[in-house]
Amino acid sequence: MSEHVHRDDFGARLGMWLFLVTEIVLFGGLFIGYSYMRYKYPMEFHHGGAELNATLGVINTLVLLTSSLTVVLAIVAVQRAEKKRAMAFLGTTLVLGLTFLVIKSFEWAAKFHHGLYPNSAHLATLPPGEQVFFGLYFTMTGLHGLHVIAGLSVLGVMLWWVATDRIRQDRYVHLENGGLYWHLVDVIWIFLLPLFYLAA
Amino acid sequence: MTTHAATAQPSYLVDTGKRKGLLAWLTTTDHKRIGVLYLYSMISFFLIAMGVGFVMRLVQLTTFQKLITAQTYNALFTLHGVIMIFLFVIPGLPAVFGNFFLPILIGAKDVAFPRLNLASWYFFMAGAILAVLSLFTGGGAPDTGWSFYAPFSLKTGTNVSLAVFAAFILGFSSMLTGINFITTIHRLRAPGMKWFRMPLMCWALYSTSWIQLLATPIVAITLVLVILERFFGIGIFDPAKGGDPLLYQHLFWIYSHPAVYIMILPAMGAITEIIPTFSKRTIFGYKAIAFSSMAIAGVGSLVWAHHMFTSGMSNLATMLFSLLTMIVAVPSAIKVFNWVGTLYKGSIDFQPPLLFALTFIFLFAIGGLTGVMQGALAINVHIHDTYFIVGHFHYVMFGGTGMGFFAALLYWFPKMFGRMYSKKAIYVSWFPMFIGFNMLYFGMLILGMMGMPRRYYVHLPQFHTMHVVATVGSWLLVLGLLIYFGTLLYAIFKGEKAEDNPWGGVTLEWTIASPPIQENFETIPTITHGPYEFEQESK
Repeated sequence: MSEHVHRDDFGARLGMWLFLVTEIVLFGGLFIGYSYMRYKYPMEFHHGGAELNATLGVINTLVLLTSSLTVVLAIVAVQRAEKKRAMAFLGTTLVLGLTFLVIKSFEWAAKFHHGLYPNSAHLATLPPGEQVFFGLYFTMTGLHGLHVIAGLSVLGVMLWWVATDRIRQDRYVHLENGGLYWHLVDVIWIFLLPLFYLAA
Repeated sequence: MTTHAATAQPSYLVDTGKRKGLLAWLTTTDHKRIGVLYLYSMISFFLIAMGVGFVMRLVQLTTFQKLITAQTYNALFTLHGVIMIFLFVIPGLPAVFGNFFLPILIGAKDVAFPRLNLASWYFFMAGAILAVLSLFTGGGAPDTGWSFYAPFSLKTGTNVSLAVFAAFILGFSSMLTGINFITTIHRLRAPGMKWFRMPLMCWALYSTSWIQLLATPIVAITLVLVILERFFGIGIFDPAKGGDPLLYQHLFWIYSHPAVYIMILPAMGAITEIIPTFSKRTIFGYKAIAFSSMAIAGVGSLVWAHHMFTSGMSNLATMLFSLLTMIVAVPSAIKVFNWVGTLYKGSIDFQPPLLFALTFIFLFAIGGLTGVMQGALAINVHIHDTYFIVGHFHYVMFGGTGMGFFAALLYWFPKMFGRMYSKKAIYVSWFPMFIGFNMLYFGMLILGMMGMPRRYYVHLPQFHTMHVVATVGSWLLVLGLLIYFGTLLYAIFKGEKAEDNPWGGVTLEWTIASPPIQENFETIPTITHGPYEFEQESK
């Protein structure tokens, strides 16, 4: 079939928002699990939270928030037909996203080093509530990490499309949608930070 | 194969692009072709699962000497459930008739995201293939039942992880279709096609899509947790690590109960299209039907824990969920009254689609009422996990969604393929189907009342007579189904050419060629009145 001449930017954004709804519900299932477990084991979650490095958590929050800002700046730059500037902002976003992942991996490595990972011998000696806490910690930050990787891949493609003029002043809905996705990744992290790092 | 003399443009069945034959179909973004791809794949899966069900009934023909081992029996009911639920009844009507007819019914050329639509089909097929692979790889076919209840699903050595991953992929396909339909309905309605001028099938698909969107991610994450639990032992459902298996049941049913409305709503939508066409009357209570679809979607999302009355919840919770369950019967009953109200004093044109639509109403009423019985706490405790529940959900899923699917297929078949089937053969198929259906599943209702537990490999002698009745019923049912599908398959190749409007319908699909041209409409129509105005058409 011939390519549709029909173009509906509003429809494309609507589709993206609906997709974001599904992502929120996906994490919603985990938030339900978290709420129930925290209600059941308040003290264990307090002790579990104390094991996490709140400073690194806050730094990572700042990194992600800044990266959301740079995405918005990139969109503005595209709207003003400032291609180089748009690419620079998108590049900054990618660097910040990678920084987030690097910091995250140091955190995870430290937990593994201390034997705080699912099925470890050390974790089995802790009370059941703390085992669940770390189960949830790895599941939720892990799933979030996968979303960061997905978001970075999407934004990488966007950078490529800006460079090759597939995204330009009169046609930037893909970049907007990519940006929306990145904001979602950011927003979910903002909930994860208090639930885990500030639980103590 | 152009059947429409007045049309210069070729039908959607003709390859006009660079690619020809199978390759053209596998790379198509035409919503009609994608609908047909779904149709063929789903009917294949249906026939496989029907065969599995047939064997299960054969096993119950004797009280002791069995054809197969108990483990195989466990695998068979899991397989039957997984295929029927995830590959036929959940995606059935939206993916086939929603894809094919939603754009046509609202006067559009295609869905909002045609390429995403094709991707959904590939996700569907990938999920289906993984589900089949899970039977033969790893520790063997899963034996948990389609609900994958923890803790058994975490402990069993069979290949649950792959089967669960397959369900995850299928859920993804379902979600993407939902996103596509909602955007299509919001953005692509023809000029003048106001919300309350849409045919009611569109309202049904719209509410279904919202459930797909809001419920499916929950089961997706639940299934991911099962996989993580099996590989890494994260402990969320494992009591030894502080987790809670009941949490699994809650999360699972938060999706899987709304999912039964994903299954039934589009079938109700199709019935709502069929009844006015063959009564030659506008639908009785348009808005009541439109809003009851949304009400079912809303209230239906709040009743999940009625699957868990015997799982150990607080009394308050069970009472609340019992009440909500009763309430959800109200909008369903509103629809039944509206259908009957439409038939009343209509000039009935009795044709195969109407026969199947009436069968739907009859069987769905039994299924719905037995459902209300189970919503009552005292009865539920007695019949929980017996054949009564199996009989009940076959009445709603098969008698409801299945018959709705068959009715919709009979109704739209001439439009989809441009051919007409033998009506006589369809009537012939109906008799064994209807009699066999009721012998089989009403037999199950009685067995359940007597105390026969579900999923048992053997049964006690006092249940034997009814088991024989049910098994003989299953033979009749299968016979009817084979005649039905045989008739349609024959008609695809050898059927007479169908007219553009064989039933005298007035919705948009009957104004275009059979089969439709690639762009559906030569010019996009402008809509000036509601969908079922027979008086205007017959002037």
